[in-house]
Amino acid sequence: MNTFKRLKEFYWPYKRYFLVSILTLLAVTGITVVYPIILQITLDTIILGENFHLVPYVSIGFLVLMALKGVAVYFHQYLGDLFGIRSVYELRNALYRKLQFLPFRYYDNARTGDLMSRLTADVEGFRFFLSFGCAQLINLVMLVGLSMGIMFYYSPSLALLTLAAMPFLVVTVYRFDKKVHPAFKDIRKSFASMTTKVQENISGMNTVKSLSKENYEIGRFDDKNNDYKDKFIYTSGIWAKFFPLMELIGHICVVVLLGYGGFLVIQGDITPGVLGAFFSLIWYIVGPLMNLGFIINMFSQSKASGERLLQVLDESEDIFDEPGAREVERLEGHVQFKDVTHRYDSEDELALKNITFDAPPGKTIGLIGATGSGKTSITQLISRFYEPSRGEILIDGFPLEKYKLKSIRHNIGVVLQESFLFSSSIKDNISYGSPEATMEQIIDAAKRAQAHDFIMELPNGYDTVLGERGMGLSGGQKQRIAIARAICIDPSILILDDATSAVDMETEAKIQAAFEEVMKGRTTFIIAHRISSLMHADEIIVLDNGNIVERGTHDELVALGGNYRNIYDIQFKDRNTFLQEAK
Amino acid sequence: MSQENQEKKSEDRTLKRFHYSTDQAIEKPFNWKQMLRLFGYMKPYSKNLLPLAILGMILSTAVRLLAPVLIGSYALDNLIEVRDINFLWLMVAILTGMYVISWIGNVIRIFYMNKVGQHIIFDLRKALFDHIQRLSHRFFDQRSAGSILVRITNDVNSLQDLFTNGVINLLMDIIMLFGIIFILFMISPELTLAIMVVLPIMFFISTKLRRNIRRSWQDVRIKQSMINSHLNESIQGIRVTQSYTQEKENIGFFNKMNYENFESWRNATQKNAMFRPFVEMSGAIGTAVLLSYGVFLIQTTPLTPGQFFSFALYIGMFWEPISRLGQVYNQLLVGMASSERIFEFLDERPSVPEKTKAKKLKNIKGEIRFENVEFAYDEERKALKGIDLTMHAGQTVALVGHTGSGKTTIVNLITRFYDPTKGRVTIDGHDLRDITLDSLREKVSIVLQETFIFSGTIMENIRFGNPSASDEQVIEAAKTVGAHKFIQQLKNGYETEVEERGNVLSVGERQLLSFARALLADPQILILDEATASIDTETEQVIQAALKRLLHGRTAIMIAHRLSTIREADNIIVLEHGNILEQGNHDELMKEKGEYYSLVKAQFKVLDAG
Repeated sequence: MNTFKRLKEFYWPYKRYFLVSILTLLAVTGITVVYPIILQITLDTIILGENFHLVPYVSIGFLVLMALKGVAVYFHQYLGDLFGIRSVYELRNALYRKLQFLPFRYYDNARTGDLMSRLTADVEGFRFFLSFGCAQLINLVMLVGLSMGIMFYYSPSLALLTLAAMPFLVVTVYRFDKKVHPAFKDIRKSFASMTTKVQENISGMNTVKSLSKENYEIGRFDDKNNDYKDKFIYTSGIWAKFFPLMELIGHICVVVLLGYGGFLVIQGDITPGVLGAFFSLIWYIVGPLMNLGFIINMFSQSKASGERLLQVLDESEDIFDEPGAREVERLEGHVQFKDVTHRYDSEDELALKNITFDAPPGKTIGLIGATGSGKTSITQLISRFYEPSRGEILIDGFPLEKYKLKSIRHNIGVVLQESFLFSSSIKDNISYGSPEATMEQIIDAAKRAQAHDFIMELPNGYDTVLGERGMGLSGGQKQRIAIARAICIDPSILILDDATSAVDMETEAKIQAAFEEVMKGRTTFIIAHRISSLMHADEIIVLDNGNIVERGTHDELVALGGNYRNIYDIQFKDRNTFLQEAK
Repeated sequence: MSQENQEKKSEDRTLKRFHYSTDQAIEKPFNWKQMLRLFGYMKPYSKNLLPLAILGMILSTAVRLLAPVLIGSYALDNLIEVRDINFLWLMVAILTGMYVISWIGNVIRIFYMNKVGQHIIFDLRKALFDHIQRLSHRFFDQRSAGSILVRITNDVNSLQDLFTNGVINLLMDIIMLFGIIFILFMISPELTLAIMVVLPIMFFISTKLRRNIRRSWQDVRIKQSMINSHLNESIQGIRVTQSYTQEKENIGFFNKMNYENFESWRNATQKNAMFRPFVEMSGAIGTAVLLSYGVFLIQTTPLTPGQFFSFALYIGMFWEPISRLGQVYNQLLVGMASSERIFEFLDERPSVPEKTKAKKLKNIKGEIRFENVEFAYDEERKALKGIDLTMHAGQTVALVGHTGSGKTTIVNLITRFYDPTKGRVTIDGHDLRDITLDSLREKVSIVLQETFIFSGTIMENIRFGNPSASDEQVIEAAKTVGAHKFIQQLKNGYETEVEERGNVLSVGERQLLSFARALLADPQILILDEATASIDTETEQVIQAALKRLLHGRTAIMIAHRLSTIREADNIIVLEHGNILEQGNHDELMKEKGEYYSLVKAQFKVLDAG
């Protein structure tokens, strides 16, 4: 119950919906059990007792009762649903807010699929209990209790004998439940595994086709498909075994009722009307009991869902504005690292070891080194996506934490190797970081990123909507839109993290030209493997395993004859050969 | 004031910043032809499983139909009038027998109907998956992976209900409905007619009201799926969002979207909540008619109290089949939409059909010829304009040219992803169109720029090139391309689990894996789309060495981006706008000082511009 208590803030403000829903439910259940009584009165008093003048009263009374029940049913169901969906609305907003502010550290270990299933299936599981589960449980207890009460009131001995089979029913329901839920879990697992297989097949279709492994893939898919079918048929076997059995137990009650009840009628101990009423009452007990397993399972499922939701909600947002943080409209762009040491996770190795450098405003810093040497870590620390384990990072002379996050990030433009664009118009993608940008500013950014020309060739120009079903762009085009997006916020610091590596030579030339234009007047960090991309930097830092191993200008580093020189020799071998040939 | 306006304006913009469309089957009007095609999938089971299921259904339905007569008209009347205890025991015995039959019938029905349903779903899914494997690149280029996935998984699944429960329920409910009316008529035609007044009300509810409700649920589902699209995107793009501090703006967008969903959901549940009260009321009217008119008939006609009681029981059973018929109709409409989408894929033809008399390509040397080949992706755009070309067996050929010059098209024709619009392509003198696709692609492999990693172990991933290879052969291949070293350094060596989105492997390591894959496939002809992605210089050297070993003894066609690779080719073909400009080896072409020369020069310009 603790789980539900901790999630209280999302549903308890709407308790009035819930309370009215439950009250009307009580009315519904109460009226339901009146029906067999009316049947009994009709049979015994009116028909057999020949009090035919009562017919209009009974009929009209019955209709009025049923109309009341109809109204009660409506409010019970509607308000119960409303209680659930209103809570879902609140819960979703809270989850979304949380997700927006969770740090990179959280997303490093999170899977989109897992988060999505929490946001959809678990929210739904939780709602289900709020909307139905609780009420169903109350309904069950009420209906079974009242029906039994009436039965015992009419005839204790007949009630006892008729209900003798109930323990068997409960045991059957329990056993069914124990078997069917693991079986359903298996089905879900099997389906998930089949989905993964198909997903992989389609994403890897080029590879499948290039090695002509279609038949092999068909074989592998058949296994999954078969497994799913088998799991399903196994489960329906459980249904086929238990469900008719439950019904049979109910029927046995009916037979017992007919036998012993009939005997009692002949003996004159009960009236035929009472026997008739019993035939209805018995199903008010058997029916809900057959559902008992379902309700209990729902309860435990939604409890599990609630726990998974709490896990997300409890995650700490460990990077946030300190009290009294500075708000700055525009930074100069002076970045300093002082003895910065960083590790991502307590179990990981150090990603950066005692890094110190000084990047004055407007200068360009090149970062080079093998994969995992710490280049990207440096740039992520500048944006304060992580906080260093030790050391200090200063911007314009003040520690990073003394600024509002927005002040810092709004002054840093980032272009990554693979750009993520949103399902929005090109216009909105470019102005993503500054929604207040005017059309002129957007076009200016696009022009400077060499993107304007191809955008104008698209059917809807800047209003073209991108996305899965929208227009597809080439890698180079996406990259140029991402560059325009970075320029559009007019940043004082620019980070180009391997930004041209995923495009072909020709496009690279265009993008490089774009960079030259946009780097003017901004502190720029360039991460690259190709020396040609960063050789003009004011300072080049060569990283290895989180350490700075060499630093200086291009000419200094080439003259030094170390790592950098090595890379240079390999990359410029062609060029030198060519130069010789050309002579 | 103007600043306020400005803020208001940018808020308006962020509230509309994302656009989503739904790609979900909602529902479609009923279509007989499609229905017949869909039910054609039942045919294989119409002689074995299906009759059993129907038998089970008939047994249990018959019992359900007859039990109320037995209890009411026979047993109860006996108790009231004759009071014969032996007759009571007889009734009890008969009823017990009937319920046992019903039990057996239900077991058979549930089991066999699910079995039929699942077999059909299996068949349908297999047909779809197998067919998709045969479709050409163009098909996959035009669609997102997600939309194809949804058809194989969810669309097929949404037919599950129709085939497992829908069909048999349809039969069962029709039998029930007519059975009840028939029995009631047998007992008392007047009373039956009187009670029938509720039928129109019931039909009205199950059609009109239900349709109204269904529509509002559709609206909810569409909004829901947009929310899901947005959630998915916002998680994947979270790093961008945080980089540009758009968290608050996105929260605003989501709040609005979420609220719209809440409103349409509330609307749907409100309508939905009217359904049951209407049902109950129409049932109540029936009962009230029974009470008043039935009692009147007992007074004036031979209608017995037991028969009256049977009527009461039957009225209780009346609603269920009518309501379920409405449900089956819903299922059918949803099934229509899903099956239309499934059939759309099944009707998609591969763009390169195989001739019925196609021959298998046996041992080949690997000589490729293009004879006056033209190709156009669409009518306006010719990608190749009359190419004549010979690639000698065992040679390495490099294709050079700008984007759109025709490099990729040449490759696509050799692998027969497309057929030439004019002219012919041959391997060792065989026209590609006369050869079976399987045997062609066994001899021709492609190493792509981007290496796809399947989830599984490293061993399995390399073995993908040749599923029958032994562990030793896999390791041998890895050693040859120089991947063995880094694989051994992984946590579990060759048994390390990897996946596409995981970051166990770097770009360079992936490339080496794909070389090992290709080596294991051992094709006579190898096509290589050289990666442009930047790899650190050390790894790049390992890759260059591996490449040499991989190409040894094969005809190789390369779409090369690096000068160092191109220079070592036996033949360099320079393309422009679908024509061959010049060809020859590096030295020859450099001497010519033509297009190749200027391309090489241009590349250095880029380097210098850096």
